[in-house]
Amino acid sequence: MNKDVAVLGAGMHPWGKWGKNFVEYGIVAANAALKDAGIEWNDVDFVSGAETVRNGYPGYVSGATFAQALGWSGAAVATSYAACASGATAINAARTRILAGMCDVALVIGADTTPKGFLAPNAGERWDDPDWLRFRLMGCTNPTYFALYARRRMELYGATEEDFAAVKVKNSKHGAKNPMARYKKEFTMEEVLGSNMVAEPLRLFEICATSDGAACVVLTSMEYARKHSTNPVRVSGVSTVTPKFPSTVIEMPNMSTDSAYSVQVPDVPFRDSIAAAAYEEAGLGPEDMSLAEVYDLSSALELDWYENIGLCKPGEAERLLRDGDTALGGRIPVNTSGGLASFGEAVPAQAISQVCELVWQLRGQAGDRQVEGAKAGITANQGLFGHGSSVICTR
Amino acid sequence: MSDKNQVPAIEGWFTDGDAPHLLGSQCSGCSTFFFPKESGYCRNPSCQSGDFKEVELSRIGTIWSFSEHYYKPPAPYIADEPFEPYTIAAVELAEEKLVVLGQMAKGVSHSDLKAGMQVELIVERAYDIDDVEHMMWKWKPVAA
Repeated sequence: MNKDVAVLGAGMHPWGKWGKNFVEYGIVAANAALKDAGIEWNDVDFVSGAETVRNGYPGYVSGATFAQALGWSGAAVATSYAACASGATAINAARTRILAGMCDVALVIGADTTPKGFLAPNAGERWDDPDWLRFRLMGCTNPTYFALYARRRMELYGATEEDFAAVKVKNSKHGAKNPMARYKKEFTMEEVLGSNMVAEPLRLFEICATSDGAACVVLTSMEYARKHSTNPVRVSGVSTVTPKFPSTVIEMPNMSTDSAYSVQVPDVPFRDSIAAAAYEEAGLGPEDMSLAEVYDLSSALELDWYENIGLCKPGEAERLLRDGDTALGGRIPVNTSGGLASFGEAVPAQAISQVCELVWQLRGQAGDRQVEGAKAGITANQGLFGHGSSVICTR
Repeated sequence: MSDKNQVPAIEGWFTDGDAPHLLGSQCSGCSTFFFPKESGYCRNPSCQSGDFKEVELSRIGTIWSFSEHYYKPPAPYIADEPFEPYTIAAVELAEEKLVVLGQMAKGVSHSDLKAGMQVELIVERAYDIDDVEHMMWKWKPVAA
């Protein structure tokens, strides 16, 4: 059975910080994607929303919220929440429904309006919620975890502050060429290393901001797509795996890991298993990829992803970066969109925006940041509470 | 020491005294350790047990990684004014084969630490509410 679905359309609302209602952004992205696909809203028979938890009830039921804003059409609806992985989960909900033959055309939308500063847990006293407890008991923020991973690379592999800054410099060069990016400034090494230390060893310009933004893709059956496009981009693999017990790497929002006292640690750690599942589904490997979009919540975290998605062995990411392999023009460009470094994170939209970048690259529509002859790409991402997210697109 | 009343910031997660311990649980079926305590159902997918005993975890561990924080976190964190930087470490417990986070003792900077360094568990003031000191487990380098 062919497990491909087509990405017939992709659209975004530029990332920024405007404080408007998230629905406005979502509708802009949806209309852009529908136009790109060359179809009408009334052709959509399934709306798959990625949820935002920061915009009240309309955000919790974002699929229906977008459907109502576009005009009730009777389309089936679902809303997915998987933290930062919500977009991939929403894509998978649409893809599986199409592959089951239960719909032809699905609209996958994520949009967010974010508060200023650190992402904080939901309000109220919640002593049974680890996401609340970690803040209350020890001031453990999201950058805490990014910093622990960054420092671990320094201790284990000799990564340097300059390496982390170089990731930001690289991504800012990419983002400067992307009209959808929030930050279009090209940073220098000196500027990054001169920015304030937030969570040592990570500095302000190395930690992703929170942004407003929206992204949307139109997924269809291959049969439907052939009537509208001669050579559509395909989704060839989607991974939404969870960890295997015992997971012994500290993960947001936990204050502790599983114990490997009586069960051995799995051969493939969680973050490696995310891309592995997508590769397996697509029948492809890292060597087949032309580009990758990974979740650079911090500059240092991008280096972990090189290893997690199989671009190199553990401990070799710094060499890949220093050799220019992951910059535009290199062997395997990473975050050609500019990544979170240039976008800031709009949680429910981010995994979908990663797929938008793959679509434009595989179609040869990425303008000044085009990866020449791009044939296949992978996205990778992880949502807190154990949500893997990876999408492979081919053409 | 302080004259103020002291209470643990969270009840039942650690012991007090000269040699405090974290309180975890151990599954009666497969012997896996859990911290925080597990009481409902064993999270080892191959174990059907729902029976746990409370255990004191090792109070000496080794540093896996660490980070010093220079910005005041948002609520529900309760920070002293003026805000002072603090360091968080991820600490591996060799016997239980798990990692636990904790703040380092007040005054410990990132430059004092290396991965693999031995640390011990202490209980120290975290914050005040209505003049009552709320105490937390923290890690402190083992004196050489």
